[in-house]
Amino acid sequence: MTTETGIGAAVKRREDFRFLTGRGTYTDDINRPHQAYGYILRSPYAAAQITGIDTSKAKAAPGVIAVLTGADYDKGGLPCGWQIHSKDGSPMIEPAHPPLCKDQVRHVGDQVALVVAETYAEAKDAAELIEVDYKELPAIISTAKASEDGAPQVWPEAKNNICFDWHIGDKAATDAAFAKAHHVTKIDLVNQRLIPNAMEPRSAVGDYDRATGDYTLYTTSQNPHVIRLLMGAFVLQIPEHKLRVVAPDVGGGFGSKIFHYAEEALVTWASGKVGRPIKWTAERSEAFISDAQGRDHVSHAELAMDKDGKFLGLRVNTIANMGAYLSTFAPCVPTYLHATLLAGVYTTPAIYAEVKAVFTHTVPVDAYRGAGRPEATYLLERLVAKAARDMQMDQVEIRRRNFIPKDAFPYQTPVALQYDSGDYEATLDLALQMSKWADFENRRAEAAKRGKLRGIGISTYLEACGIAPSAVVGSLGARAGLYETGSIRVHPTGSVTVFTGSHSHGQGHETTFAQLVSDGLGIPLENVEVVHGDTAKIPFGMGTYGSRSLAVGGSALVKAMDKIIAKATKIAAHLMEAAASDVEFKDGNFTVKGTDKSIPFGQVALTAYVPHNYPITELEPGLEETAFYDPLNFTYPGGTHICEVEIDPETGITQVVNFTAVDDVGRVINPMIVEGQVHGGLAQGIGQALLERCVYDEDSGQLLTGSYMDYTMPRADDLPSFQVATHGTMCTHNPIGAKGVGEVGAIGSPPAVINAVIDALAPLGIEDMSMPATPLKVWQAIQSAPKKMSAA
Amino acid sequence: MPTVRMTVNGRAVSGEIEARTLLVHFLRNQLGLTGTHVGCDTSQCGACVVHVDGTSIKSCTLLAIQAEGAEVTTIEGLATGDELHPMQAAFREHHGLQCGFCTPGMVMSAVDLVKTNPDPSEQQIREGLEGNICRCTGYHNIVKAVKAGAKAMNAGAMKG
Ligand code: FES
Ligand code: FES
Repeated sequence: MTTETGIGAAVKRREDFRFLTGRGTYTDDINRPHQAYGYILRSPYAAAQITGIDTSKAKAAPGVIAVLTGADYDKGGLPCGWQIHSKDGSPMIEPAHPPLCKDQVRHVGDQVALVVAETYAEAKDAAELIEVDYKELPAIISTAKASEDGAPQVWPEAKNNICFDWHIGDKAATDAAFAKAHHVTKIDLVNQRLIPNAMEPRSAVGDYDRATGDYTLYTTSQNPHVIRLLMGAFVLQIPEHKLRVVAPDVGGGFGSKIFHYAEEALVTWASGKVGRPIKWTAERSEAFISDAQGRDHVSHAELAMDKDGKFLGLRVNTIANMGAYLSTFAPCVPTYLHATLLAGVYTTPAIYAEVKAVFTHTVPVDAYRGAGRPEATYLLERLVAKAARDMQMDQVEIRRRNFIPKDAFPYQTPVALQYDSGDYEATLDLALQMSKWADFENRRAEAAKRGKLRGIGISTYLEACGIAPSAVVGSLGARAGLYETGSIRVHPTGSVTVFTGSHSHGQGHETTFAQLVSDGLGIPLENVEVVHGDTAKIPFGMGTYGSRSLAVGGSALVKAMDKIIAKATKIAAHLMEAAASDVEFKDGNFTVKGTDKSIPFGQVALTAYVPHNYPITELEPGLEETAFYDPLNFTYPGGTHICEVEIDPETGITQVVNFTAVDDVGRVINPMIVEGQVHGGLAQGIGQALLERCVYDEDSGQLLTGSYMDYTMPRADDLPSFQVATHGTMCTHNPIGAKGVGEVGAIGSPPAVINAVIDALAPLGIEDMSMPATPLKVWQAIQSAPKKMSAA
Repeated sequence: MPTVRMTVNGRAVSGEIEARTLLVHFLRNQLGLTGTHVGCDTSQCGACVVHVDGTSIKSCTLLAIQAEGAEVTTIEGLATGDELHPMQAAFREHHGLQCGFCTPGMVMSAVDLVKTNPDPSEQQIREGLEGNICRCTGYHNIVKAVKAGAKAMNAGAMKG
């Protein structure tokens, strides 16, 4: 196919025209006839009993249609999609999660009432007239202290607030490795809580049609079918054929729009009750206290080494905060998406990890870009950097010495995963060269002359994504399959509509998937249209998260194309009076091997729909195929991130002056989009390392970082331009060779940044720095440093 | 309820509004111009930037009645028919957008930035866009796009 639009071409995005001209259709842009508006009254307390609710004044307020509370709600609670079992075999504690609280609230922002009115302002005004009597209770916020004796209890059934106490790996083998260690490096780390902050606030429009009994939900979701299944089957008991979920243009997700949220169920349910469409859109301050948050781990880790710095064993103990309720995929994040990654790119033969998940009176925590894998990478790469300092080894050398060699694949780790491919030396070498690593000491000396502390940090990381083989995740507790679907509809004139279960909320599938299909079928790009995000249009699909769209969703399309080509080949063979086995398909033409007999794809398409001369006894007319693709394994992107910082000791401000990322993401369809994905991930990773932190008041449980005045989002002048490159080894088990790119930036970068900060501060005798390395924290560390800066 | 009149994208419009209605809500809800977005409630994100009398302004910080008689340009009014404004074209060319949610505000801010500083450096672009948050792109390609957009705008101005 033409190289300008095929696989590997930096095709400009087809979705951009509508976004650039203000013609996108985001959920809040959708208005239904006779639409009413919903406002949700939320708990002002982290923990309180509701002793009474009086809605009479609110009901009488202008424009109010309904005021609904927990007493009115007669449907199910929000389900959790993953069940973890504790070490002792007992299932995790899974508390009820009603969309409206009845007797008790468990975090600031918990839903108490839904007001439906003619306008949004009227609904909001009326909510102020609802009188709720609360009896405030003591709250537990701290991850580290949640399971201490005497801590306030979030749930009576979760003793010491423990949701589960899980482990993985071989404890005895790990103990034995530590017993023969030459040196053990230990580290304590906090992976702070983050707030995802997609720029489009969540929104939902519920629309019940009395005439047909059908419900439609328009929602800001990464996976409309998952919402339909969870909300239809578990929460509202609406059969799937009577429920349509549309996720139109979605303004970023980063994980936070995977989950099924209370508001989706509430507007859908209430729409049926009042007989009007109802729109709810979060204000940003509501998003801060109702969108699932990310990370929040407290960990201790130990690495055993022999005298040459070879890793012998790794022990990890993590406490993970779940928040007040279990969000849809929360339990898998600190377990199977975290602890299974602890081998990283290294040959560590024995690993044992324990993960205790705790409830606190905070907003639920779930997957946020990377989900568990950034936590694992941060832990491992901080630990390896410290190990190198302990052993007085070079940061690069210690990594090389422990890399899984490129001829060792497939490689079985001691924590369940089998890596299919990779070349960690190659990505490292390229990153060293691009970052001018070898000359760094000159730059450090030059910066010192200007009174600046310059440091360099490295992270050689790996992630598991392309989520996921259904049977494998099923055996680990997933309550869903994680395949993807794709349909290809060839129209009579040879143009094609592609229906994918993947969802694009910035990733550019309308372009990438069109390139894939245009290339596969040998037809011009403009003849391919990609449809996603509507359960009434697409086959049952699992959506977009875990860097799975191309590796899993794209593979489903390849499988569907295989079926199209197989059928089309038979039609072409009939037309050319040849045996199907003698016909080959290439560049959009069917040719009888060894002859010049050839017919184009378009003619075969037309024949399929106008079957006058057709093998009708063997073949149905039409040319449309659907495929479900269930991956055989996870995919394993990896690479090297190198960060260079300069710290102003007078102010403590850390500036990222260079950032190099070399990532192995497997096959690249559109390099422009791939680079963009890496840039965005890096910004979020650097944001975590230097700027972002979700803070609750430990006593009252109030969110202190509840707006953009308090929660530091990375802005243009906080970040540098990035140097990014890819170096691909192909995924061996999917038909594209793609590994995934959505999360690499956010996974690999935080430890590179913090390792650079520590390297910059090391001359002062500073050995530790926690995230985010804010100016205040860095300045204080410099003030109390064991050594002073030498005069330049 | 008071009536407000203004010119939006070259068209005279009027509407009855509650006095507390913000300009952004008037544009979105009453005029159906949903290209202007709301990303926050503290005037921090810039998703709502439009031009009022030729200057970029966060339309969530202005009451609609304060724009009485003003010339307002929204993202819908920037292109000429199907021909993108040079800044829009540069965002497309340099992949300066992903989910597109911050994009209208980002483009409107960038156009104003270049009007006041026709040849901005990378640092000036980064500082100039400080009031616009993008969660998707890491700003790398936005900066490239604004640089290219500035060049194209200048070339266009010279021709024009
Ligand atoms: S909506 Fe965020 S600044 Fe106006
Ligand atoms: S493109 Fe998504 S927020 Fe900027």
